[in-house]
Amino acid sequence: MHKNLKIILWIAVAITGAFALAGIALNRGESINALWLITAAVCIYAIAYRFYAAWIAAKVLVLDETRATPAERLDNGRDFIPTNKWIVFGHHFAAIAGPGPLIGPTLAAQFGYLPGTLWILIGAVLGGAVQDMVMLFVSTRRNGRSLGQMARDEIGVIGGTAALVGTFLIMIILIAVLGLVVVNAMKHSPWATSTVAATIPIAMIVGFYMRNIRPGRVLEASAIGVVLLLLSVFAGGWIDHHETLRIWFDHDGLPLAYAIIVYGFAAAVLPVWLLLAPRDYLSTFMKLGTILLLTVAIVILRPEIHMPAVTQFIDGSGPIFGGKLFPFVFITIACGAISGFHALIASGTTPKLLMNERDIRMIGYGGMLLESFVAIMAMIAATVLEPGIFFAINSPAGVVGKEAVDAIAKINSWGFAVTVEQMQQLASDMGESTLFARTGGAPSLAVGMASIFGSAFGKSMLALWYHFAIMFEAIFILTTLDAGTRVGRFMLQDMLGNFNKKLGETSYMPSVIFTSSIVVAAWGYFLYIGVIDPNGGVNILWPLFGIANQMLAAIALCVGTGILVKSGKLRYAWVTGLPLVWLIAVTTTAAYQKIFSADVRIGFFAAADDMATKLASGVLSAEKAAVAPQLIFNQHLDAYLTMFFVVVLWVVLIDMLRLCARHLSGKPVLKLSEAPHEPSRLVENWVRD
Amino acid sequence: MLKKLKHLWHMIRDLSGDNAYEQYLKHYAEFHQATVDTPPPLSRKAFFKLWQDSQWKGVKRCC
Repeated sequence: MHKNLKIILWIAVAITGAFALAGIALNRGESINALWLITAAVCIYAIAYRFYAAWIAAKVLVLDETRATPAERLDNGRDFIPTNKWIVFGHHFAAIAGPGPLIGPTLAAQFGYLPGTLWILIGAVLGGAVQDMVMLFVSTRRNGRSLGQMARDEIGVIGGTAALVGTFLIMIILIAVLGLVVVNAMKHSPWATSTVAATIPIAMIVGFYMRNIRPGRVLEASAIGVVLLLLSVFAGGWIDHHETLRIWFDHDGLPLAYAIIVYGFAAAVLPVWLLLAPRDYLSTFMKLGTILLLTVAIVILRPEIHMPAVTQFIDGSGPIFGGKLFPFVFITIACGAISGFHALIASGTTPKLLMNERDIRMIGYGGMLLESFVAIMAMIAATVLEPGIFFAINSPAGVVGKEAVDAIAKINSWGFAVTVEQMQQLASDMGESTLFARTGGAPSLAVGMASIFGSAFGKSMLALWYHFAIMFEAIFILTTLDAGTRVGRFMLQDMLGNFNKKLGETSYMPSVIFTSSIVVAAWGYFLYIGVIDPNGGVNILWPLFGIANQMLAAIALCVGTGILVKSGKLRYAWVTGLPLVWLIAVTTTAAYQKIFSADVRIGFFAAADDMATKLASGVLSAEKAAVAPQLIFNQHLDAYLTMFFVVVLWVVLIDMLRLCARHLSGKPVLKLSEAPHEPSRLVENWVRD
Repeated sequence: MLKKLKHLWHMIRDLSGDNAYEQYLKHYAEFHQATVDTPPPLSRKAFFKLWQDSQWKGVKRCC
């Protein structure tokens, strides 16, 4: 293209983006079209990718396309395989995009659409995408070593151990909160429960098919599985209308939680081919397909956003979770803006497939931009709902009251119009008995998606769309749960292997059962507490997860910054340093408030004291008094856990700063562990062709 | 158009691992010239077992 034409094109993109962003930021009218959000997002991503990511690639990381990647040097045809960049992109994206970017924005929508949207856009462009790209780069230069190993090699034993323990704890909390989301979606919903239950035998059929009937025919088996999944959504509707069968699947939260705990244990112990691998194929196909469908539907439909730009809940009084806009919007939306978990994928797994270093920009930076876009979609799906309906679905009974009339009165008092009849109508449209207090984000996202799909592709099937959306969310939440429990088990076995060789063997059955039990018991405990908590549990667990995830991101950025400084690139260290400083500020403030705030809805100790006083004075109902001691204990535990996270974070940070200071004053530090330069054969061939 | 569809189909097979065995045979032919002492390539079933197990070591899925 002609150079001037290119400049004009980019100026046009910049102006459109600025215009769209100004439109959504300054709009204070009745409603705004979702297309503005999409336009702003796409323009910002395009500019960031074209200019910022290109600059980082050329100047900061200095990607070298003539250098052989580990995939080329160590090619073994199994885990190290030089792979086409689009294929690697697909693998990488499928790995990083889980339920996080769908749930976080939905919960953060209580502040209005604007704060979350801005954080998703800015956080991804300056933080998350940079983290992923830098991690991918440093790991590629180190033969695909993992974050924990790199932290140990580059910063020291403290950094390495912190990354390892941090990862393990995040996994536990993440699984618990995801389990809770699924439980809340299935509670007293025979349709949802039976459909989700059906995904287990379906996965097993698929697994058996591709292992034994037609070995390795992955696509055939997955196609059969997807058809069966869609059938299970229909079958769930039939069960829901069947008088005796529906009782089988109509359960309280607690039995469902036990079922998930048993399932999680089974999934961790059973061979991967039977449950985990086939479920993962199904969930990946469903995930990509549904997100694509949602994008198409939003573009066709151009729905109006009904949530105000900013709600009164930025003062900290929000019903979904307590706490002010700063820091809690930045904690609630982790995945979609910046997520430490990605560092685990970007190091270790993806680098072993990279054919050429120049692909790092597209896979690392581009992959995160796409995930951020998914988060924007989730934000749209949550905010196209009438705010009254949104709050009725997402507010826990402990905040708005158990009876529908009380809940409606409370929500009306906040200035959001909704009626009992409206909620009843909505519930019956969606094929549910009630939609009140369905916390966790999944049901409100499903209602949002169902109404979008319903308007775009026909309104008659709202209940089917709703349960399709629930099935879609549940299937990949359960994949994360399976995979997470298994990884937790491996990590624990690895750690215990230092003390007892036998325990470290991943195929030694007693050790498998022992470590799986510990991992499942750990997340099972948090899941159990979440279910018995009258405030829904999500309000406690999600911020805890957010703090932990941002802590891991900060550790990854510490590693990145340390490596930049040690490579003599101090003047570019702000690229990772800036998001690092922001994350430290956010995480530390959030942790401080969660520990010391006197507000019972924010501070863990305050909540524990409040409940202890109420328990002692006998004002609690018998039902609440029975669980109060456990809840009090849990609040204390959560407070100490938060304290632990923030201490670990500061220890790693100070260690990294000490290292940088030593390096800059010319004292010896740990050497860079980069693998030596070897010229790429693939590039030569490519040039010669 | 047909060429593009074919290309897309190829990408999907690559992405899902549907053609992992074919890739393995290609890799085998390229790197392990069949001499007397190199073992013959694995059967489809045996390869798939190995491949699937190696896919699930380490962190594969995220939040």
